[in-house]
Amino acid sequence: MIALLKRDLVLALRAGGGFGLGLAFFLIVTVLVPFSVGPQSSLLGTIAPGVLWLGALLACLLSLDRLLALDWEDGTLDLLATAPLPLESVVTIKALAHWLTTGLPLVLAAPVLGVLLNLPGPGFLWMVISLALGTPALSVIGTFGAALTVGLKRGGLLLSLLVLPLYVPTLIYGAEVARRGAEGMTVATPLMMLAGISAAVIALLPFASAAVLRVNLR
Amino acid sequence: MSISTRLNALWEYANPRKFLATTERVLPVLWLLTAVTLVGGLVWGFFFTPDDYRQGSTVKIIYIHVPSAFLATSAWFMMLITSLVWLIRRHHVSALASRAAAPIGAVMTLIALVTGAIWGQPMWGTWWEWDPRLTSFLVLFLFYLGYMALWEAIEDPDTAADLTSVLCLVGSVFAVLSRYAVYFWNQGLHQGASVLRAGAVAGTDTTEKVSNVYAYPLLLSMAGFFLLFVALVFYRTGTEIRARRIKALLARERVNG
Repeated sequence: MIALLKRDLVLALRAGGGFGLGLAFFLIVTVLVPFSVGPQSSLLGTIAPGVLWLGALLACLLSLDRLLALDWEDGTLDLLATAPLPLESVVTIKALAHWLTTGLPLVLAAPVLGVLLNLPGPGFLWMVISLALGTPALSVIGTFGAALTVGLKRGGLLLSLLVLPLYVPTLIYGAEVARRGAEGMTVATPLMMLAGISAAVIALLPFASAAVLRVNLR
Repeated sequence: MSISTRLNALWEYANPRKFLATTERVLPVLWLLTAVTLVGGLVWGFFFTPDDYRQGSTVKIIYIHVPSAFLATSAWFMMLITSLVWLIRRHHVSALASRAAAPIGAVMTLIALVTGAIWGQPMWGTWWEWDPRLTSFLVLFLFYLGYMALWEAIEDPDTAADLTSVLCLVGSVFAVLSRYAVYFWNQGLHQGASVLRAGAVAGTDTTEKVSNVYAYPLLLSMAGFFLLFVALVFYRTGTEIRARRIKALLARERVNG
């Protein structure tokens, strides 16, 4: 398992693409927002939590089609499926590697981009906490979507269509935590719901992803 | 006959030939019943009920809006059950039935959204409001789109049935989650359940209930929509079975010829 994690991380870091690309996308989306809605800092401050969450979500989505497709093409997935390691663990490790290379940098970059969008002071902490709790769920749900579409020639657009509706609850609670935090309200309820979704998704969805992957490898 | 043998008899319809033979016999009657209840409910509702004292004649859109909304969710529920049957017992008819039901459900969702917008414009003063009920129906529509797109995208029919079934199961959980999340996210403008509530029908519970003048034709048109859904599912499932047969015959011809 550790070897697989190491391999995925090294591939993501050295082969180019995933690691920097998601971050750069996040940066560009955030920079484009003031161009489209205008530079008034009060308006930007109000929408900042939502914009940052949406940017992070899209950056996550962007890197999903590479998550399993490369391993599918060169046959690594077939080897992994016949290896003694259960496919459920393989899928979980893949999601973890995706989170470490995409989700974690987004979490760390969010406060910096928050400055650009004039995020109110108390919002920074909750922005980071909500993203840190929510992005693992995004990675795991995304892995499920990637497993569904792995065998398809043009799966990219379909992947977005399948995954985005599944992102709805995570986005709602995550952005709600960040918004309430920025406005200085209590965040306990959405925070617990967000954590609950992440925990449940991490615990249960790898089974569905592995089942789907087995069908695709048949 | 005991209940378990009756339930076992149900599995006979997993045989495509038996399914086709039975539905072919049932369908003409079903179409007739559908036409009678649907036309009866709609005509009664549109022409023989008084205008509401505040909403005027716009109240009558209820005869399309409520039944379609009711079927939009029931269609998904049916797909959930047929998907489970396919995953557990691997009956092809079941998988094809869920494939057949998806576009109907999607259209029903769209009808509910559009009629709601048409009613909302004069009544709420807006075509669209990010109300929880409206939003969760929009999300449901997106789920239908994804489900149908996945069916279309995969060549091998068994793989497609497996993948869409798992998507349907996972999607159901997330659809329910989204519904509650959306209620948490915004408080609504849409009225609560006011037709099919036990107390309301019996008359013991009088808080915010659709008056019986409107409720009876509404129940009839709901029955009509339901029959229409059943007839369409039977019909479309039959088409899917035949399309599958044609494919198999063509494949056989290619091998032999």
